[in-house]
Order: sequence, then structure tokens, then C-alpha cells
Amino acid sequence: MSDRVQKYSAPVVILVIILILWEGVVAAFEIEQFLLPRPTVILANLVNLVLLTPDPTAISMAEVDARLKANTLVIVVPAGAPDQFKSAVAAAAMLRLPVGSSTLLLLPGKNLSPILQASWFTLREALGGLAIGSGLGILVAMSTARWAVTREALMPFAIAVNSMPIIAFAPITNNWFGIDNPFSKMVIVALMTFFPTMINTVRGLTLVDQRSLELMRSYAANEFEILRKLRIPNALPFIFNGLKVSAALSMIGAVVGEYFGGPRIALGVFITQEAALFRFSSAWAAIIIACGLGIALYLLIIFAERLAMPWHSSFR
Amino acid sequence: MEHPVILINNLNKIFGEGTANAVHALKDISLTVQSNEFISLIGPSGCGKSTLLRIIGDLTQPTAGDITVNNKTAHQARLDRDYGMVFQAATLYDWRTVAKNVQLPLELMKYPRAEREARTEKMLKLVELGDFAKHYPWQLSGGMQQRVAIARALSFEPSILLMDEPFGALDEMTRERLNLEVLSIWDKTKTTVVFVTHSITEAVFLSTRVVVMSARPGQIAEDIAINLPQPRNADTREQVRFFELETEVREALRKSESQKL
Repeated sequence: MSDRVQKYSAPVVILVIILILWEGVVAAFEIEQFLLPRPTVILANLVNLVLLTPDPTAISMAEVDARLKANTLVIVVPAGAPDQFKSAVAAAAMLRLPVGSSTLLLLPGKNLSPILQASWFTLREALGGLAIGSGLGILVAMSTARWAVTREALMPFAIAVNSMPIIAFAPITNNWFGIDNPFSKMVIVALMTFFPTMINTVRGLTLVDQRSLELMRSYAANEFEILRKLRIPNALPFIFNGLKVSAALSMIGAVVGEYFGGPRIALGVFITQEAALFRFSSAWAAIIIACGLGIALYLLIIFAERLAMPWHSSFR
Repeated sequence: MEHPVILINNLNKIFGEGTANAVHALKDISLTVQSNEFISLIGPSGCGKSTLLRIIGDLTQPTAGDITVNNKTAHQARLDRDYGMVFQAATLYDWRTVAKNVQLPLELMKYPRAEREARTEKMLKLVELGDFAKHYPWQLSGGMQQRVAIARALSFEPSILLMDEPFGALDEMTRERLNLEVLSIWDKTKTTVVFVTHSITEAVFLSTRVVVMSARPGQIAEDIAINLPQPRNADTREQVRFFELETEVREALRKSESQKL
């Protein structure tokens, strides 16, 4: 237990020292708030943005989109609005509805602060891209692990893709899938996370102890059994290492992808807009949330890792 | 007469044949192993004893010569799961518990679950690791890991047990204890054992026959019958006959060395 306290207390102490120094430097040199806001200001703004400025008409755009396609008139009423208000709105709207062509839907708002909606939207892009990219990475690795020829033929392309600044494709995927469509960012994230997962999985599947393989041969195991009972368990630590790298990349890909355009309610768009309006402490607050989400994804992978391989030496 | 379990005739193995640094690892090896024999292959390092064992187990192919195992090719014998193998390293799978490691061959051979578990329990008792079924390999000492490997090799009752310096990495005390365990297992299971070692004491103590090999090229120098009474125990090592046989093996090894010089 004391080991744990020691393990975690040192970084916390360092963080606190950095924050105090930051605060002190900004105060001592009278640095302008738009250049570098003080940590206390950023934190206060973060609390304000998350907790104190809820939007009672907050609603997911996807939900509205779905309703619109069904030829429905959607009216968003603020969360917690009294029933009399709702029926008055409905009555007024019914008068305006074209006869027989549309239906009316009153959608109650969710009373979420815009920054939380933005975080959720961006997190979904990151998670979706991570799932697609690393899922494909693992699949491709598994299907090529057995065939060295295929793998060697694919490797140069994988390396080429990885050495490209994938984020530079963001304007193009925005064009392909629509600037508001989360899929345009998921594609970027998927491209960014595919390679580290695939290369690590391939390594884990092929770096198998020769004796372990011979043991399998001595039992006349077939290739599928060797894959299932030896190569895949052997690859697990490698796969999780790839996923840890990918988890960090996924948040970067989603946020930076949004710098090239996205819906109003997205973390990257929020940051660029706040910065453009000189509200830098809000931009900083959003960046802190992005960091937090990145770390949360990373911890999620570590949690999954512990579940998947309790036998591993790193958990002894 | 009963058919021999292993029949090797004029076997040769050349690594990198046709290249400048070709190595003649095994030369004109002929060897017959009868059922329930315990054969030790002993010789200096590089004499090809491990290679010979691997050829018997169909992990390496001979360059020339014939090998018949249980009246079929070594390849067919491997496909028929006639071999239990124990290597110098225990080669347990880190992600499997002790019990699951022992079950590995049984899973591959599609034994029903109940039988797998019954056999595993029995085998772990045999190697005195009944209380460690749920442990992971890293929680065991080297000697215990090697006993798990033996339990795994015996779990499906192979007709031949191939052991490649299984106790080479263990301390003397552990090795002597495991030697006794192997003998009692051999006595109970009636398998045929081919055992590679570079310990003269171990070879004489365990075997019904010691095959002395010489190096470069690997050849059979002498084939010494070990006519010590069965079952053997700690006292066996103190018998006069034991020392005589040890000396005989040592002399054979020395002679094969000096012939090369």
C-alpha cells in the first residue's frame, strides 16, 4: 500500500509544483491573460463551462437529423419547461403544419453545457475511429501473420501510410463524408491508429518462442490451433501496447481533425472559436478536457489489459 | 519377438549440405530401442545427441537413412501423437495456469472436459504438484516448472517420452529428486524413454542402456547395458556396480574424445 502511495504521490507533487510555478510566473511578470492564463483562472473557467452554463435546449444533432429525414417538424423545448408551455407551443405549431405532409415532435432539451456536448461528440469520434482503426489493424495482422509473403508485400504500404501526416487528409475526408459527419473524423483517427496496432500485433504473433512452437508441433497441432492457443495469447501484451499508443493518437486525431472544420458542438471547433474570440482561458479549459479524455481512454485500455491478461509479469 | 519401438538405420544428418560450412552432425547412426527401455544419449556438446532426439521426434529431418517409430515413419508417429516431449526449458505457457498447461495436449487431442480434468489431477499428483493447479508458471521454481512439463508430456500417455536435458538447468539436489520421480513415473506408466543428458551419473542411474556418442561427426561410440537392479533408489548410487558402470561410461567418453585428437 505504501508503495502505491509513493508511486502516485511523486507525480502529484510535481504537478502541483508546476502549477504553482506557472501561477507565480504569470503573476510576477504580469503576463497578459490572453497570452498565458493563470491555472486558477483556467480551472475556474473550466468549472464554469462544465457546471454553471448548461444549455436547456441542448440536443444531439444526429437526433434532429433522424427526425428531419422522417419528414417531421422538430421543435426543441427547454429541459424542465412546464407542460402548459409545451402544449401552447404544440398548439401554435399545429396551426402552421402543412396538411397531411408532416408530423410534429416536441423534443425536450437535455440541459447540458455546450462543452460537455462537444466533449461527448469528440470522444465518440475518437472511440469510433479507434475501434475501426485498431480493429482492422488486429484483423489484418492476424490474417497476414501466417503468410510472410503477403505481410512483406503490405509492409511498405503500411510504413508509407504511417509516415504521411495523416491529419493533412482532414479537409479531404471532410469533403468526402461531410464536415458535420463524425465519420469524417473517424476515418482520420482510424488511419492514425491502424498502423501502430497492426505492427504491434504482427510482432506479437510472429515473435513466438521457438520451443513453444515445437511443443505445438510435437502435439501435431494445426495452424489454426497454434494461432488460437499460442500466437494470439503471445501477442496480447503487444496488442495492448499498440492500443495504448493508438488511444493517445485517437484523441489527437479527433481534436485536430476538427480544427479543419466540424459541427459547432465539437471540442476542436470549440477551441478554435474560443481562441479566435480571444477567450483563451476557455480554450485552455477545453484543452484540459481533451487531455482528460485522452488519459481516460488510456486508462480504459490498461483496465482491459488487466482483465485480459491477469497472468502478465507487469501485474505481479 | 516384439517389434522395436524405434528403429534407426544408417541415419545421417548434414546441416547446410553442399555449402562451404556444412556440418556433419550425425554419421551412420543405427540404433534399436525396444519397448519399455530407458535409453540415455550421452556425449560432449555438439555430438548431435539433441539432433538425434529431434529427428526421432520429427522436429528435424534426416539427410539420409531410415527411421521407423512404432512401425511407421517418425512423421506419422508425430501425427499420431506418439511422443511426449520435455525440453531443457520447461516451455510452459505463461498465460495458462499449471492445470491448464497440463491440459494443453489433451485439449488439442479433443479429450472431453471431464476426462481432461481427471487426468490433469492425476498427473499433478504424480509429480507432487496437486496443490499448485491454479498457480501460474511464474509462481513456481525451476524444478517445479520442469515437473509440470513432465506431467504435461505424460498426460496423454504417449508411447514414447523424449527428454532433452530436462534437468540440465537445475541444481544437483533438485536433479536427484526429479531423477527418482522420473523413474517412479517410468515404472508406473511403462513408456519408452529416450533421454539426452551430459551427466554420467544421471545417465547411469536412470537408464537401462547408455548410448555414448562422439562429436564431429556425431557417431555412436559405445552402447552400454546398465544391468543395475530395478527399482532403483538412493542406495543405487552407492553400489559398487554403479561406480563400475559410471567408470565404464566415463572411459568410453574419454576414448571417443582421444580418438578425435
